[in-house]
Amino acid sequence: MEFFDNIFVIAAQWIRDTLATLGFTSIWIEMSMGVVYLVCILGICTLAALFYVLYERKLAGYIQYRPGPNRLGPHGWFQTVADAIKLLTKEDVVPANADKAIHLLAPLFIFVPTVLALAVIPFGKGMAALDLNLGIFYLIAVTSLSTIPIFMAGWGSNNKYSLLGSMRAVAQMVSYEVPLVFSLLGVVMIAQTLQLQGIVEAQSKIWFIFLQPLGFIIYIIAAIAETNRAPFDLPEGESELTAGVYTEYSGMKWALFFLAEYCNLFIVSAVGTTMFLGGWHGPFLPGWAWFLIKTHLLFSFFIWVRWTFPRIRVDQLMSFGWKVLVPAALANLFLTGIGIYIFNNGLGW
Amino acid sequence: MDLELIVFWLLSFITLGSALSVVFLTNIVHSALALIMTFLGVAGIYLTLQADFIAAVQVLVYAGAVSILIVFGIMLITRGSGNMQETNLFGKYKYTAAIVVTFLFGVIVYFLIQTPWSIATGTLPENTVSGIAHLLLSDYVIAFELAAILLTVSMIGAIVIAKEVKNFK
Repeated sequence: MEFFDNIFVIAAQWIRDTLATLGFTSIWIEMSMGVVYLVCILGICTLAALFYVLYERKLAGYIQYRPGPNRLGPHGWFQTVADAIKLLTKEDVVPANADKAIHLLAPLFIFVPTVLALAVIPFGKGMAALDLNLGIFYLIAVTSLSTIPIFMAGWGSNNKYSLLGSMRAVAQMVSYEVPLVFSLLGVVMIAQTLQLQGIVEAQSKIWFIFLQPLGFIIYIIAAIAETNRAPFDLPEGESELTAGVYTEYSGMKWALFFLAEYCNLFIVSAVGTTMFLGGWHGPFLPGWAWFLIKTHLLFSFFIWVRWTFPRIRVDQLMSFGWKVLVPAALANLFLTGIGIYIFNNGLGW
Repeated sequence: MDLELIVFWLLSFITLGSALSVVFLTNIVHSALALIMTFLGVAGIYLTLQADFIAAVQVLVYAGAVSILIVFGIMLITRGSGNMQETNLFGKYKYTAAIVVTFLFGVIVYFLIQTPWSIATGTLPENTVSGIAHLLLSDYVIAFELAAILLTVSMIGAIVIAKEVKNFK
C-alpha cells in the first residue's frame, strides 16, 4: 500500500540515484530530471486528450440516446486513432491572404500555457513536477496567457468569422478570469498557503467543497467559460460563426487546437480536484488513483453540462459574468473572511 | 560558464530583441505580439532575481491583461491592413521624435548613474508572498487603497464615456 502510494516518487528517486552513480553533477541531474518531467507531462497531455476525445463522444452518445462511435475496434475504441491518422494525412491549407507566420504559430503556442500549467499540478503526495511556493498564483498567471494564441489564430486567418470568434473568446476569457480567481481565493484564505501541495494537505480533515460550496459552483461555471465549452462556446458557435476561431484551420493544425481544448479541460478538472475535492486524499486506493478518479468524475460532469444546456447569447454571457458571478464571488470572499475571523477568535463571548 | 549567466544572456537577448522588433516591425499586430514576448522576457529576468511573485504578477498583469487591452485597441482603431504607415499618423515626425527620445534616454541614464545600487546581502526568505502582503497592508496601505480607488474611478469613467449617460440633467 505504502509502496503503491509512492510508486512514482520512488521511480523519480531511482532515476536520480542512477544518474548520480553514473557520475553526473547535480546540475545535469536536475536538467535531465526536467526532461523526464517534460516527457511525462507531454505524455499525460496526449493520453488525456486521446482518451477523453473518445470518452466524450461515447458519453455524448449515451446522453443523446444513440450509440456514438462503434465501428472501429471493440465498442469503437480505435476511432480516435483512425481520426488522428486522417488528420495527419490531410492537406495543410493556408488561406491566401493570411498572416502566414501567425497563422502557423498559433496552434503551437496554444500548448505553451497548457504544458506550463500541468507542471505544478500535484497528481499525488510529492508528485508535482514543480512544487512552487506560488502554486495556484503561478497557475492563474500562466493560464491567463492562453488568450494570446486564440487572438493570433483569429487575426492570422484573415477571415471575418475567425476574427469575430477570437474577439468573443478573448472578451469571454478575460471576463470570466475574474470570478475564477476570486473563487479560488476563498480556498487560499482558508488553507493559508498558495502552494498546491499545502492546499491539499489542508484538506486532510474536510474537503474545501464543504467549506466553499458557493466558491465551487462559481469555479465550475467560470471554468467552463474559460475553456470555451457549451453553454459558453460562443467563440466557435457553429450556427453563427461557422467554427469561429477555427474556421480556417484544418488537418493537424485544427487537431492541435482540439487536443489543447481537452488538455485544458483536464487541467481545469485537476485544479478543481486539488482546490475543492481534497486532491489525493481518499481511503484504500493509492493517492494518485484517487486524484485521477476525482478528476475523471469532474471531467465527466463538464461533459454532462456540455451536452445538456443550450448555448447562451453574448450579451447574456457578459451580463451573467459581471452582474452575477463577480458579485457572488466577492460576497463569497467577504463571507469567508468573516467565517475565518469567527473561527479564529470566537464570537467574543 | 555559470548557468545563471547563460540564462541571463538568453533572456536579455529575447527581451531586447523583441523590444526592438516592437519598434521596427511594419505591421502593428506583429508589434503587439512582440511586445508580449518582451513582457515575458522581463518576467524571466525577475525569476533569475528570485522575485518569483513579481514575475508571476508580470505574466498575469502585463502579458495576460495589458497585452489584451493593447490588442483590443489595435483591432478597434487599425486603419487599412494594419500597416504602420497607415495606422500611425505621427510616424513622420522623425526629428521631433529623435529629440524627445534622446532627452528621455538621457534622463534614464542620468538616474541610472545617480542611483547608489547596493547588492543585497543575506538570504531571501523562503516565502516572499506573505512578506509583500504584510507590507502592502501595513506600511503602504494608503498607496495600495488609492491605487484601487483610482482604478475604480477610471473604470467608471470609461464606462460613462463609452455608454454616453442619457437623460443627464
